[in-house]
Amino acid sequence: MKLSKILIAVSLSLAFMLSGCGGSGDGGNQQQTQAQKQQNESGLSDFEMEHGIGPVTETISLGDEVDMELAQKGKELFELKCSACHKVNERYIGPAMNDVLERRSPTYVMNMILNPDGMTKNHPEAKKLLQEFMSPMPNQGLSQEEARAIVEFFASDLE
Amino acid sequence: MKKQTHSHRFWMLPAVVLLSVTLFGCNGSNGNFSSNSDAAQKVYVAPGELDEFYGFMSGGYNGQLGVYGLPSGRHIFTVPVFSQAAVNGYGYSEETKAMLNTSHGFVPWGDAHHPELSQTNGETDGRWIFINENNTPRVARIGLDEFKTQEIIEIPNSAGNHASAFVTPNTEYVSAATRFSIPMDENMQGMDVSIDSYKDTFRGTISFIKVSDEGKMNIDFQILMPGFDYDLSHSGKGPSDGWAFFTSYNSEQAHTLLEINASKNDKDFIAAINWRKAAEYVKEGKGTMMPGKHVRNYIDHEEGGIAKSETIDEVRVLDPRELEGIVYFLPTPKSPHGVDVDPTGQYIIAGGKLSTVIPVHSFDKMINAIDSEDYEGEVMGIPVLKYDSILHGEVEDPGLGPLHTEFDGKGFAYTTAFISSEVVKWDIENTQVVDRIDTYYSPGHLMIPGGDSQKPDGKYLVALNKITKDRYLPTGPEMFHSAQLIDISGDKMQLLLDFPTEGEPHYAQGIKAEKVMERQKRFYKLEDNTHPYRATSEAQTRIERDGNEVHVYMTTIRSHFAPDNIEGIKVGDKVYFHVTNLEQDWDVPHGFAIKGANNAELLIMPGETLTMTWEPQQVGVFPFYCTDFCSALHQEMQGYVRVSPENSDPEIKYGTGQ
Repeated sequence: MKLSKILIAVSLSLAFMLSGCGGSGDGGNQQQTQAQKQQNESGLSDFEMEHGIGPVTETISLGDEVDMELAQKGKELFELKCSACHKVNERYIGPAMNDVLERRSPTYVMNMILNPDGMTKNHPEAKKLLQEFMSPMPNQGLSQEEARAIVEFFASDLE
Repeated sequence: MKKQTHSHRFWMLPAVVLLSVTLFGCNGSNGNFSSNSDAAQKVYVAPGELDEFYGFMSGGYNGQLGVYGLPSGRHIFTVPVFSQAAVNGYGYSEETKAMLNTSHGFVPWGDAHHPELSQTNGETDGRWIFINENNTPRVARIGLDEFKTQEIIEIPNSAGNHASAFVTPNTEYVSAATRFSIPMDENMQGMDVSIDSYKDTFRGTISFIKVSDEGKMNIDFQILMPGFDYDLSHSGKGPSDGWAFFTSYNSEQAHTLLEINASKNDKDFIAAINWRKAAEYVKEGKGTMMPGKHVRNYIDHEEGGIAKSETIDEVRVLDPRELEGIVYFLPTPKSPHGVDVDPTGQYIIAGGKLSTVIPVHSFDKMINAIDSEDYEGEVMGIPVLKYDSILHGEVEDPGLGPLHTEFDGKGFAYTTAFISSEVVKWDIENTQVVDRIDTYYSPGHLMIPGGDSQKPDGKYLVALNKITKDRYLPTGPEMFHSAQLIDISGDKMQLLLDFPTEGEPHYAQGIKAEKVMERQKRFYKLEDNTHPYRATSEAQTRIERDGNEVHVYMTTIRSHFAPDNIEGIKVGDKVYFHVTNLEQDWDVPHGFAIKGANNAELLIMPGETLTMTWEPQQVGVFPFYCTDFCSALHQEMQGYVRVSPENSDPEIKYGTGQ
């Protein structure tokens, strides 16, 4: 009983410290080590750390050239299901989307779209974002194919 | 309460009533359990687990349909049907108010009585539930995919739709019959006549509502009946499929002090209707199209889920004096109330509320009597069969004031006794009472899931009591009605649970949860939103002025409105807030309310568009906000509307986050 309480306290304070760091990947070794610890304690695999937790369990790669038809479909879906909270070029209720693929893998983006509850509960990066933006990302009921189209839109020059 | 050995003399009733009332007053008779923990275990649904059955209970004078989980007795939902519901704007919003249109104009309240699940092959199928409205005669169809009222049809040439809304075994028809007869001339027009001309001018009707494969209702035909009161109904099944049975009382044709004057005859009638034969007559073009103005309201799923009304002017009327073989009268003791057909379809059971026995008619004997024209006479051209020729048996000592019967599918019937406040279990074949259990107090209907179908789930019985008294913490003079859940899986009935029910549950229906769960909608897809005033993204939000009408195309998502700052509205404008909920997840409605609205809030389901009308009367800035706590930033989900003077010319401006 006591031990588990202590463990919770430790992991909570650890999580708090982490979110306090607020850096975006340019931290030094110390931070890496902390992230590693967090990863082990949250029980996430390397795949999950890089590609997120959700229904997409195999790495999705983008083609060398953008599939414009798919990107157009993704743009329409984005406008319908996402644009109430995300703008392409500016921070709104959630972060701007123009450079998201520089920060996250395509698979990660899909899992964030398809499993926002699980991500903000269990993934350290998504948790950080929730603390920063305060509004939890809603599940908009998209299919994997639709989430894939939105990623293609992010990869395109469409706005 | 101890049972009295009752004499089969009706004059004893007042004494017993007095005794029952005295007993209610004392404390202590609470249904002593042999084992409380055993009962608790049977009704305990652990946190996170789900009930085994849905229970649908009419809300009676609240006009709605209550949804309960069984065996826990938890009240899990209320479907607004015949009454405006301020809780979500049903009957107030532009999309739903047409559901309450009638030939008498907008009627904001109704008296819901008998819910009945749709059936396929005599078994409940979980598609729809129908329910009747007694006061302004109507029948509603509720879709169990979304737990919403999808259609309401008015019953013409009727005055009090009580014997309704019972379905045939494949939901070919839903029944309706007038409780109160009224004077109607040969053209079915209301008459300006003295009420004491009752016997000459008052007539009744029994109606059959055809239900299409998609659920659309229309009144296929009406049968002209003698001017009695028509009370309850149930369809035949199995061998008796094709027939429907309706109780009548007031064969005395009294028009005043019915309490005494309609209780004189030893026997009234069950009307046996051969609906299949009547339907054949209709196909042949028989009967007459008569005036019968009625309104049908329906949700138009093709156009944004907006309720629409249509008026139908005529109805086909069949006269049993001209069309042979569609109606027969079965003499039945003492103002029968319920009429119930057992799962085999062979036995027709009447609850003669003033009778000391329960008569059980045999369908085979009824057919034989019809074939051999074994009549004791006729009433207004309708043959009356001989009681002794059609009787299977009489249940002796069934309790006082038998009203309604349901079945367990194992050969037993369960009848409520209102006056002696008990449920009596009896063997259908030999009509012997085998068990009895007290209820608290005075049960009307009772319900066994599937208990009026061909396939009952004979595990639980719910007694729907009319009187509550000391069963709950007192809440002043008015109390919720009490229901009792009784285990009927063994030889002896066992009382498991008391639970309160809202309004007055007359009848109820129950169904295995999985039959309904599998067809649940969790949200409406934005892509499928066909509402003409939808805004399915923030980019589509806007304000359009047309004279003094202003249309605000608004969206909601956790946790902001777009637009949330609105200027350019004037006193005297009629403002329509068309609010589309952009959420696409289960159980994330947003609410919309604005200060001073002479209206109810909107509660907008994910993907849905609903419209509130607001006519500002004062200059100023008026806040609006989300009424349903939606996220950690719910308190931030607000906006302002600036209202300028009537004679000003303000520019329309709107936005969010600018």
